Amino acid sequence: MDTAATTTEKQQKLVKVESLVVRFSGDSGDGMQLTGMQFTDTAALLGNDLSTFPDYPSEVRAPVGTIAGVSGFQVHIGSHEIYTPGDAYDVLVAMNAAALKVDLPKLKKGGIIIANNAGFDRKNLNLAGFADGVNPLEDGSLDNYILHKIDVTRHTKDALAGLGLSIKDVERSKNMFVLGLLFFIFDKPLDHTVKFIEEKFAKKPDIAAANIKALNAGYNYGDNAEIFATRFQVAPAPLPAGEYRNITGNHATAIGLIAAAERADLPLFLGSYPITPATDILQELSKYKANGVKTFQAEDEIAGICSAIGAAYAGNLAVTTTSGPGMSLKTEALGLATMLELPLVIVNVQRGGPSTGLPTKTEQSDLMQAMYGRHGEAPLPIVAASSPSDCFTMAYEACRIAVEHMTPVIFLSDGYIANGSEPWRFPEADNLPNIHPHFINMPNGPEATLLPYKRNQLGVRPWIKPGTKGLEHRIGGLEKQNETGNVSYEAKNHEVMIGLRAQKVQNIAENIPLAKADSGKDFGKMVVLGWGSTYGAIKSAVRELLADGYDVAHVHLHHINPFPKNLGELLHKYQQVLIPEMNCGQLLHLIRAKYMLPAIGFSKVQGQPFTTAEMKAKIIEEIKK
Amino acid sequence: MNTSIIEIEDTPKLSAKDFASGQEVKWCPGCGDYSILKQVQTVFPDLGIPKEKIAFISGIGCSSRFTYYMDTYGMHSIHGRAAAIASGVKAANPDLSVWVISGDGDSFSIGGNHFIHSMRKNFDLNYLVFNNQIYSLTKGQYSPTSEKGKVTKTTPYGSIEEPFNPAELALGAKATFVARTLDRDPKHMQAMLKRAHQHKGTSFVEVYQNCPVFNDAAFFAYSEKDSKKDATLLVEHGKPLIFGNNMEKGIKFEGLKPVIVDLNADNISTNDLWIHDEHDKTKANLLARFYDMDNNGEAFPRPFGVFYIENRLTYEVGMLEQIEAVKTKKGKMPLNKILSGDKTWHIF
Repeated sequence: MDTAATTTEKQQKLVKVESLVVRFSGDSGDGMQLTGMQFTDTAALLGNDLSTFPDYPSEVRAPVGTIAGVSGFQVHIGSHEIYTPGDAYDVLVAMNAAALKVDLPKLKKGGIIIANNAGFDRKNLNLAGFADGVNPLEDGSLDNYILHKIDVTRHTKDALAGLGLSIKDVERSKNMFVLGLLFFIFDKPLDHTVKFIEEKFAKKPDIAAANIKALNAGYNYGDNAEIFATRFQVAPAPLPAGEYRNITGNHATAIGLIAAAERADLPLFLGSYPITPATDILQELSKYKANGVKTFQAEDEIAGICSAIGAAYAGNLAVTTTSGPGMSLKTEALGLATMLELPLVIVNVQRGGPSTGLPTKTEQSDLMQAMYGRHGEAPLPIVAASSPSDCFTMAYEACRIAVEHMTPVIFLSDGYIANGSEPWRFPEADNLPNIHPHFINMPNGPEATLLPYKRNQLGVRPWIKPGTKGLEHRIGGLEKQNETGNVSYEAKNHEVMIGLRAQKVQNIAENIPLAKADSGKDFGKMVVLGWGSTYGAIKSAVRELLADGYDVAHVHLHHINPFPKNLGELLHKYQQVLIPEMNCGQLLHLIRAKYMLPAIGFSKVQGQPFTTAEMKAKIIEEIKK
Repeated sequence: MNTSIIEIEDTPKLSAKDFASGQEVKWCPGCGDYSILKQVQTVFPDLGIPKEKIAFISGIGCSSRFTYYMDTYGMHSIHGRAAAIASGVKAANPDLSVWVISGDGDSFSIGGNHFIHSMRKNFDLNYLVFNNQIYSLTKGQYSPTSEKGKVTKTTPYGSIEEPFNPAELALGAKATFVARTLDRDPKHMQAMLKRAHQHKGTSFVEVYQNCPVFNDAAFFAYSEKDSKKDATLLVEHGKPLIFGNNMEKGIKFEGLKPVIVDLNADNISTNDLWIHDEHDKTKANLLARFYDMDNNGEAFPRPFGVFYIENRLTYEVGMLEQIEAVKTKKGKMPLNKILSGDKTWHIF
């Protein structure tokens, strides 16, 4: 919290802060994700820039009160541009002892703790692993923080007394009490959340009334309890003018696909199998029936991609969505799509691996799999999103490349940006780039013959829909004769075809933007080269270091195969290339191999994103060498 | 409901030749697949579907080369996945007549999951499995339909596995059309292909197919003159179950148990026999189980024909009806509205 100015109002002091990080932490069943999202939405509507980080366990309901069951939601709001959910928080809401234990280490010294007393009884303390008789709320161990002990459970019960609700429903409303209290402390209005509750519980007016009452009770408690002498205010951020909405990466991916289908004038088909953290995309798209979107929840990951290949063959914009283990299962079919040269978008929302790994945690460790994870010579285009809203742009871009270059395209997102959210200045439909499918309705060869694998200048074959009269032909996974597509086992032809398929992918570089510095200069001492969700942490770190006078720049890759044409030339203009990745150095290998550069890697594989502080420390350490 | 959405156009009738792709057919001499190809090409002109509206989707194996030989649209895909790919084709374009070509390894081993879900989901597909009870393209290993004790290259001391009975599997997986036919009975196969096409839903046809190289004569009991009448049972809707060299044997129920009876015996008439009812799933299940049931030590004859038919909404029609219903109720959402969502704010 960077204090900027103070004013006085009643007995309460209103302090203006430039940014604020709040961590909501509680049991999986405490509704922390919803509470955090409501706080976020209200902040967004009031014009704050922000970034969120839901951080939850893979168990739906781990045993109540345990460390394993702690679910967190972190939001960073600011009156300036915000690129990360924040390294450490100013405020920690701890609904029980386990939540405090898990999340206290990242609370800033002097930060505020709002602890629910009721979650610190003997049972909860034991479950959280505190020794018998130890209660951190009582033993002075939190003296370095501003501790507010509030019996949220009792206050909620009192507020809702006489409404005739079950104990369970009363318990469920306590997150709204906390939210109301936070709205008081951070000077935010309740009306947005009131509207949300009314809509969510439109069919259960008594539950709606209880939640609204709890929300108001929390706000009034803050106002009346006189323990919150200081309130904080985060002014709106000076973002570029325009219409904004808040969006998560998965949601942005879903509507990016819809937008691309509409702009390409193609029906959208999604064949998918539920898998964390990609499931939201399937769920979201299944709502768009009125727009003709066909979603097919297949029997397994393989059927997900295979049904999409079938739909692509039939002329749809076909997509499959998945995460690591599903990606592995789809690999063989991906080879088929490569061989057939059909447009297909494969969305991999990466998570911690290998195997089941860390399903709800983030990682960038599937890059090499995307690049090389097929048998045979099977290069594919790869694009990656750098932030929640960039998922829209890159999902759209993946569709454009797939359709215009007749190839499967791998779109890499990850759990961090998929679930995280940020304000997005959304585009107008008319301003989206055009997408041109290459359908043919007439024979394209000499003497009215059909050549399904005859290529244009960019090496792209035509798209021929079954149903097109006179163009009946067969395609398959066996090697094809050049142009005719007939099965061919001829030795030289195989090599020619491998070359043609690879060249087609390389030619995409003619149609993508050149690389340039996102922050800093296009030459100098050091460039930090990133891809994917490390964007926010790198950008924050580089901007701060630029302000401190360091000679450092940030280049971020959105197209990984092919690379932008000028990437090698650009990187050679810096003395040092640092590549931070949430893996053991995968882009690092690609860059070193392709450009013969002594690039330095910076790895973090803990299921958690980089912090700005870590990034700055590493840059300083290397730049001083 | 379930009316055909395949348009029949008023074009000159095609011949069997029109359906031959001109690619050299490369199955081994004497392979049962030749007969299946011939029957399909013979029947197709009668179905009246324009060639461009037909798509063959096959997996991997000898059977799956079929696609290359038909002058229609087609995709020779990957092992076991034809049904999944065909689902996407049909969902994307319900106007196509989609035929899945597969084998016993392709559909019951590597593609087993897609097979059962295909039966349950009930896209309007025609799903032909060429069952030769052996892996042929890989040159002679046992398959999931190979009989117990089968000696093959990977079971030199005999297979210890219980085989699948495909008809029983399909019924258990909620198939809406189950039939069995034989490569060496062209007329019967043609009839089954026509019935499969007529049925709106996934039509599963098991074709007993001889592999002369790796599993010769596996089905000769059902195809050769000296044995077939006694070993097979041709079922027809509304007709009693009668078989035997002189059609002297029948099948009737004793309680819930089918028994083989001698029709020459005084106290039995055809009125007492089991009358085949294609819509009776209990009977269809029993019929499928003749595969490995015996009647006091005597094997039941192997049934051929349509075991079961059920009219059930097809997946693609259900999908379209739902889309239309939601469209009517909510109306298409403009792209700008999708982009903006419900909650926006303006920054000046």
